[in-house]
Amino acid sequence: MSRRTRVLIWVLPLSFLAAFYIYPLASILGLSFGRGEGGLLAPISKVLGDAGLRGVLWFTFWQALLSTLLTLALGLPGAWLLARFEFRGKALLRALSGIPFVLPTLVVAAAFTALLGPRGWVNLGLMQALGLETAPIQFVHTLWAILVAHVFYNTTIVLRMVGDFWARLDARTEQAACTLGASAWQSFRRVTLPLLMPAIAAAALLVFIFDFTSFGVILVLGGPRFATLEVEIYTQTIGLFNLPTAAALALLQLASTLGLTLVYTRLARRISRPLTLQNAGRGARRLTSRRARWAAGAFLAGLALFFVLPLGGLAARSVSRLDAERRQRGSVETGLTLDYYRALGENERRDIFFAPPGQAIATSLGYAGATVGLALLIGLPAAWALAKREQDFLTRALDPILMLPLGTSAVTLGLGFLVALDHPPLDLRASPVLVPLAHTLVALPFVVRSLTPALRSIRPRLREAAAMLGATPRQVLRHVDAPLVGRAALVAATFAFTISLGEFGATALIARPEYPTIPLMIYRLIGQPGALNYGQALALSTILMGVTAVGMLAIERLRFAEVGEF
Amino acid sequence: MMMKTLFLGLSIMLALTACGADEPRTLTVMTHDSFAVSEEVVAAFEAEHNAQVQFLKVGDAGAATNRAVLAAGNPLADVFYGVDNTFLSRALEGEIFEAYESPLLAVIPDAFELDAAHRALPVDYGDVCLNYDKAYFEDKGLTPPKDLDDLLAPDYAGLLAVENPATSSPGLAFLLTTIGRYGETGYLDYWQGLVDNDVLVVNDWETAYYEVFSRWGGDRPIIVSYGSSPPVEMIFAEEPMEAPPTAAVVSDGSCFRQIEFVGILAGTEQRKLAEAWVDFMLSPTFQEDMPLQMFVFPVNPEAKLQAEFVDYLAVPDETAFVSPAAIAEKREEWIQAWTEVVLR
Repeated sequence: MSRRTRVLIWVLPLSFLAAFYIYPLASILGLSFGRGEGGLLAPISKVLGDAGLRGVLWFTFWQALLSTLLTLALGLPGAWLLARFEFRGKALLRALSGIPFVLPTLVVAAAFTALLGPRGWVNLGLMQALGLETAPIQFVHTLWAILVAHVFYNTTIVLRMVGDFWARLDARTEQAACTLGASAWQSFRRVTLPLLMPAIAAAALLVFIFDFTSFGVILVLGGPRFATLEVEIYTQTIGLFNLPTAAALALLQLASTLGLTLVYTRLARRISRPLTLQNAGRGARRLTSRRARWAAGAFLAGLALFFVLPLGGLAARSVSRLDAERRQRGSVETGLTLDYYRALGENERRDIFFAPPGQAIATSLGYAGATVGLALLIGLPAAWALAKREQDFLTRALDPILMLPLGTSAVTLGLGFLVALDHPPLDLRASPVLVPLAHTLVALPFVVRSLTPALRSIRPRLREAAAMLGATPRQVLRHVDAPLVGRAALVAATFAFTISLGEFGATALIARPEYPTIPLMIYRLIGQPGALNYGQALALSTILMGVTAVGMLAIERLRFAEVGEF
Repeated sequence: MMMKTLFLGLSIMLALTACGADEPRTLTVMTHDSFAVSEEVVAAFEAEHNAQVQFLKVGDAGAATNRAVLAAGNPLADVFYGVDNTFLSRALEGEIFEAYESPLLAVIPDAFELDAAHRALPVDYGDVCLNYDKAYFEDKGLTPPKDLDDLLAPDYAGLLAVENPATSSPGLAFLLTTIGRYGETGYLDYWQGLVDNDVLVVNDWETAYYEVFSRWGGDRPIIVSYGSSPPVEMIFAEEPMEAPPTAAVVSDGSCFRQIEFVGILAGTEQRKLAEAWVDFMLSPTFQEDMPLQMFVFPVNPEAKLQAEFVDYLAVPDETAFVSPAAIAEKREEWIQAWTEVVLR
């Protein structure tokens, strides 16, 4: 590949990042440091010298590490079962695990409180069974709540990224190892795991960065005794208007992400190797032994329950009379109702910002579709360039930068968007384009990380062979790369789709108020007292779950129809 | 002569295109994400002034204020509505507003006018008060609290939940209530008493109201919410109710009054239209629309309240007061001291 082509490939992703990431971020950081005295260094040394803030940094780090390990512990066995075995409801389980990704934290917190809160089903059951006066399980506002919520949100990343890669590893290599006398464990440890490492590392990095920048989970489920850097940035920015300190913290967060990503990229280049990927499903078999079947069944059932219980509870509450829950005296009927769903379509107060649910769904899906398109358009060339064996300096330098948007404080970047993109050359205020642009920024790291392991694994010889046989570069791309990458592209599309559907922080700052997305409407409703408001928030959350599940299953179908066979 | 006629003709043409331009002017109003208004109210303004009103929502009140301060002098809107008295000093020090003495200020009580220079004009108020779950107290045969002092009594141990002032606007308002009530020397002692009585702290109103409050399945029957919450519970009930299921504690000095302001953003090119919008927000048409849309109440005494609020809204006679300047100056210090006592 000529140097010119290489530079050309980078033009699109780079100019996107320059315009919509680096420019707004630099603007807000510059503005923030400009407001303080002592320029750049004073706030940074102040932050590093403050024992309380150092504590925040330390907590941010270890809770993210612990959350990531727990997510891997649940996700890896799940990925293995999804990849290697045939069972009914596979697609459903995959879709189910992706639903939490789109749900607002307040709603997930409500779901967990209904299960594990002081008056939740589990505690009430135990109190009744054991004759206790007080709730035996303390869950909300503990470290456990934070960890469980992080696992709940992020397991899907491991299931998808590792599971998909695993499904396409040739099972015969393991079988060969076994034939040569290796035990199942040895063959996993020596053969499968090394081949799998690039995907595991990529998934772990994404999960870690997500947990490292966690905000809503810490605030709502962790409570006031826990704070991550992102929470601290929020209080410094909104509550105290200490912009220099907030900017210093944002830089610290960014530096941590950058450091971690650098370690990852070095590692990733060392551990990835070309291998023959095969059609997914070819390596899948049925479990034969009874014990294995039982163990796998129990694990999968547990995994499914982990998602079904909170999500199902949420859906159930959206059709129950909420007042009845507290046995209120009077005329309130108990039982089921569709009132909340009906109320969603009514605009009794004639609010100018009212949006019927159909419109909100259409708006959300429109943004999600645009995000998928944009993220693939920009992510594919970037991933392709990153996957090249012969890497030049440009590529090596740019690799970590692609990851940074995910590790950037959403509060800071959101303000940066508002500050930088409201005047020429980029005057995008109140433009509907701004929302998919912001969503693409978050989705891009996922898209790139989903694609790169697949692209790297293509044997160069395959391309060379095709070229030798007279294929033009375009034909190589079309007939060699595209089919091999198609599946990974669909995983990437799923991520972009769910990220966009669930995004709230940036959307709240830049969306047109007349066209709210579903999460915006949920937040609006849950911020007001009254059964109808809360019930409508639950109803909309249930609709959001449905839209997500249907969307993901549709993408899954696409996968089998178009790029399943080659 | 010829030249003169030509000139005259040109002037007439220019005047015609200027006056007869049916193209409506656009007024951009920046606000926070809880802003709501009825369609016909906005339509009335647009018809009267041949204007089109575009709303920009840029996050919560704090985020919106920050945004306005960062763009001071080069605003992205003509008017900013939604800065409250806890953020007022930030806005005024940031010099984001142009002064405008609206004729309607004449009827608005002086107590609402916190900016003597008329850069920020009061639009509405809402009180942050303790709310309690009536059924809980009836079931237990316990007297509901009547005052902040009651919360220190052993009978009320483990009953109260409040929001964190560092992350929540009603949480900050309640901290300010205690500072206004017990003074800078006494408020920490009061909080120590609450801690000894097992107060629960959560980060946001939504958690306090829908997870922790016994009205909604939690186990705390007293929480910090708004004076408007009890009537709003009735308005948004599933089935018609005879009385609100909750009540607000409104004894003297037990609530904090949040006042929201509107101002013309410095540097606007639509000064006249912006003035008209400010006047409109202070007029009875808009003022009467606010309670059912945003659950805040008119500062204009000529505006009439809806029946739901006349019957069930408890309004405190006297609220705890802390000046915006003191809030701006000491906010961080107070929150830090509070954190030391309550969370550590």
